[in-house]
Amino acid sequence: MSTRLNTGGRLIDRTQIQNFSFNGKQLSGFAGDNLASALLANDQMLMGRSFKYHRPRGVVTSDGSEPNALMNLGEEGRFEPNARATTTPLFEGLYAQSQNHFPSLEFDVGAVNAKLARFLPAGFYYKMFIHPRPFWKHIYEPIIRHSAGLGKAPKARDLDTYEHFYAFCDVAIVGGGIAGLQAALIAGAAGKDVILMEQDGHWGGRAPVDGDIIDGQPAEDWISATLKALEAMENVTLRTSMQGSGVYDHGYLLGYQRLADGAPGADGPRHRLWRIRTKQIVAATGAIERPLSFAGNDIPGVVLASAVRDYLVNFGVSLGDRTVVVTNNDTAYLTALAMKDAGLEVPLIVDARTGGAGALGEAAKAAGIRVETGKGISSVKGGKRVTSVEICAQAGEGAPLEEIACDVVAMSGGWSPVVHLWSHCGGKLIWNEAEAMFAPDPERGPIGADGAAFVTTAGAASGAMTTAAALADAHTKLGGPGQPTPAQDPLTNPIEPVWMMPQSASYKLRSKAWLDFQNDVKVSDVQLAAREGFESVEHAKRYTTLGMATDQGKLSNINGLAVLANQLGTDIPSVGTTTFRPPYTPISMAAIAGEARGEIFQPIRKTPMHDWHAQNGAHWEPVGHWRRAYTYLRGEETISEAVQREVKNTREALGLLDASTLGKIIVKGPDAGKFLDMMYTNMMSNLKVGRCRYGLMCSENGFLSDDGVVARIDEDTWLCHTTTGGADRIHGHMEEWLQTEWWDWKVYTANVTEQYAQVAVVGPNARKVLEKLGGMDVSAEALTFMGWADGTLGGFEVRAYRISFSGELSYEIAVPAAQGRAFWDALMEAGEEFGVMPYGTECLHIMRAEKGFIMIGDESDGTVIPQDLGLSWAISKKKEDFIGKRAQLRSHMTDPNRWKLVGLETVDGSVLPDGAYAVAEGANANGQRNTQGRVTSTYHSPTLDRGIAMGLVLHGPDRMGETLDFPRVDGTVVKARIVDPVFFDPEGEKQNV
Amino acid sequence: MLILTCPNCGEAKDETELHAGGEAHLKRFGPGSSDADFEAYLFERENPKGVHFERWHCAPGCGKWFHAARCTMTNEVFGTYSAQTTEPPENIKDAITAKRPGWHWRQFS
Repeated sequence: MSTRLNTGGRLIDRTQIQNFSFNGKQLSGFAGDNLASALLANDQMLMGRSFKYHRPRGVVTSDGSEPNALMNLGEEGRFEPNARATTTPLFEGLYAQSQNHFPSLEFDVGAVNAKLARFLPAGFYYKMFIHPRPFWKHIYEPIIRHSAGLGKAPKARDLDTYEHFYAFCDVAIVGGGIAGLQAALIAGAAGKDVILMEQDGHWGGRAPVDGDIIDGQPAEDWISATLKALEAMENVTLRTSMQGSGVYDHGYLLGYQRLADGAPGADGPRHRLWRIRTKQIVAATGAIERPLSFAGNDIPGVVLASAVRDYLVNFGVSLGDRTVVVTNNDTAYLTALAMKDAGLEVPLIVDARTGGAGALGEAAKAAGIRVETGKGISSVKGGKRVTSVEICAQAGEGAPLEEIACDVVAMSGGWSPVVHLWSHCGGKLIWNEAEAMFAPDPERGPIGADGAAFVTTAGAASGAMTTAAALADAHTKLGGPGQPTPAQDPLTNPIEPVWMMPQSASYKLRSKAWLDFQNDVKVSDVQLAAREGFESVEHAKRYTTLGMATDQGKLSNINGLAVLANQLGTDIPSVGTTTFRPPYTPISMAAIAGEARGEIFQPIRKTPMHDWHAQNGAHWEPVGHWRRAYTYLRGEETISEAVQREVKNTREALGLLDASTLGKIIVKGPDAGKFLDMMYTNMMSNLKVGRCRYGLMCSENGFLSDDGVVARIDEDTWLCHTTTGGADRIHGHMEEWLQTEWWDWKVYTANVTEQYAQVAVVGPNARKVLEKLGGMDVSAEALTFMGWADGTLGGFEVRAYRISFSGELSYEIAVPAAQGRAFWDALMEAGEEFGVMPYGTECLHIMRAEKGFIMIGDESDGTVIPQDLGLSWAISKKKEDFIGKRAQLRSHMTDPNRWKLVGLETVDGSVLPDGAYAVAEGANANGQRNTQGRVTSTYHSPTLDRGIAMGLVLHGPDRMGETLDFPRVDGTVVKARIVDPVFFDPEGEKQNV
Repeated sequence: MLILTCPNCGEAKDETELHAGGEAHLKRFGPGSSDADFEAYLFERENPKGVHFERWHCAPGCGKWFHAARCTMTNEVFGTYSAQTTEPPENIKDAITAKRPGWHWRQFS
């Protein structure tokens, strides 16, 4: 059994007991524990079930590469799935549940998959579920979906806060092991601004656990002294619990700092995402130990040798009473010696190397540990816990020589440098034959803006695998003065690569030898993929799902591609690695979002009259970043009733619309007229001062982009109105052409949208209310339709435009933004006797549709040209050029079969569904009905008391009176007649008064 | 996440402070041009592995467009310059030649 020893544990504080809950059991650990060490101290080796076969799984690592020990953590607003127990700090009240089992971790019905493993090899799903085709959608997919996924998705809103933090430095060092500390010391002493980050809660990495001697003192002492020196440097920033998660172009580094994972509910943010710009990144990220591929290597109790010693030294936790060590390199001997030192049994070290270890081999023998060289593990026995191992010759096929009882197997297949940060931005790797690993190629680093590499590695991440070499590497890479810090460790004999144990394992053994623990990919699966032609490592990965789990193949990658290379009869460097992509380990979605949630997700733009709308029943509609009133609700009425009331009142009495959001762009200069003639499809240069003209803008590709009324203010000044959503885009469009095509034209633009509040005063009583306010002459004679004038109204300085988007007598009155609210209040007060009511955007839409006016975004969608919409009258025939003119001359644009705008009137008076298609005879190649038109706008018109719509129809204008069929989603059909799009007051008698 | 220096405001800008504007040095073809010329102007773009010229907009900054010469393979930046030109300035071409002898892009080299 695994248990807490009475002594030891450099990271725990035995005076502080912390109680926690795991699968409903109340357990306890100590401050300084992580969830994995606390569970192991309580003899809870079984921590989860695998994804595909639901095999029982125990912890296999002691760090972020953990594939098995994934937990659903916390509850409600602090629930988080797929948390690695190995990196989850323990705290009082921690609540954890294991994943991927039903009904319980101990007894799981999904484990039947394991019995079927013979029938579920790689690619099974692809092969099995393709026939018959309809079965996928209706039978296979629902079942597979039910069993897919590891943790549960959170349902409640996250209670915690998160933030982004921007930082700048000369050198950002990732990894607070001895190489990172050494690098920081050199860079800090050289006066550089340094940020040193360590993903764990403590400094020094593996060195204190492995008992290294640095500069003549124990590693622990050297680390403390170095830290003290760094803390004294003002130019060095030190952060623990902060991972360098991703490297991006030009020296951009993401740091993921976990501030409150060990103290939920503490003040301040839970996670902080550091967005660091640095001149140099030093990846001192160490190395990850590899598993060995032998049969039964996934049984709980088979653990990486380094992890066994981490739990022992760091947390005083013994994983078992009898540990068999199996290795192909020297480092695992440290585990054997540490266990023996702690008074535990190590019945055997199985060393696949015929030569065994050097100094450490002697030490093991001296400690009375039996060492068998040239041997391997044939298979591990046990179900939910290791019970014994069978030993065989490594060179053979796995005939068992001896069975040894044990409850832990500590394995080491060698070490892989953590090259992720080096590789994120394209740093290249080379295969190091002697050390059997991929290491950074210092000649081919990721390139920065100046053409030089901006990432370097230091220590084990460079492939410097001994303590002395790691310190020397950091010294060289950072250009330290004098000699590197000396160090000793007992590693002497080289690794011998072992990609399969035993070397010629039978199929039976290979099909029980796991590569990817989380996704249940075995040696036999990768071999099958290779046989079936998935020769590229990227293809084999996707076919087998090797390395596609939440651990992203940290343990499985190298072993998997070695098996693939072997099967393909080639070498490992020819197969290459899959692509390393950030983040290094999963980071919280909330940290990525940072502060951008809720009300501050994006800024809201408010008109000067916004508060009035809010106080008077506004039902809001987002338009761009603006909030506009869709309608104003009164009493108990529904939204639809309110809209109908507003239309009637505006047509019969007086309506006010807050039109402040309309874009207003001033275009000024000697060449402004020439420029606007290029921008608009119609002529703007000949517009007279004091007059307005409706204009259309197209893209260079010919499609309708925006519309609005242009007013000529003086000889060289025009004011261009745009749609609400279009102001910034159109201003940008104008500037782009001015700056990049016609930069010698003397034209200046200014977006003054927010400088003015604008109110549309609409309805038969519009003139009366303005005359009551008094000031300027707004009579039919003085201010004619499509004219504008400056003056005063009720004491306000105004500019009045006599324009109409409703077909009613209408003025749009602009006042300086600061006076918008006061002017609105004055209009509301003066208008009371004339039946004034504010109206919202839906009323605006209905009134414009009744008049057959198009709306950008309804009638236009990026595929529509003005000619489709009956707007040829607004396209100049005289101008040689305008943006979009050449495009509109292309054959497809002049095709008489383009759908054209018409009005649609339902036969039964109902409202057509928005976006509905008119069907034609016959079917297309996909068996779908042919179409001959579609609805672009559709409303119930209160004025006509029937459904009205606009649509684009094949030869529409030539088919007046014809009836079209519009199928609804429910299968029924609405019949609609093609009519003129102007449904109301076609002569314009109401507006021209 | 590139960093480019806006030649107008002289500031090194993070990519999030810029808008990409596609290929630089396009020649506009308007009415009277052939279908082939117009199609090429509107749609045909270089897709080089190496030296490339592109348009960037210092959108939330000074609001000016500028051009950048960049290596699409390594993201090395050879220089940025005003958009108000029809061809890359000599100093930019020289900077590229120093790093990528023998380069060519469309009609430039």
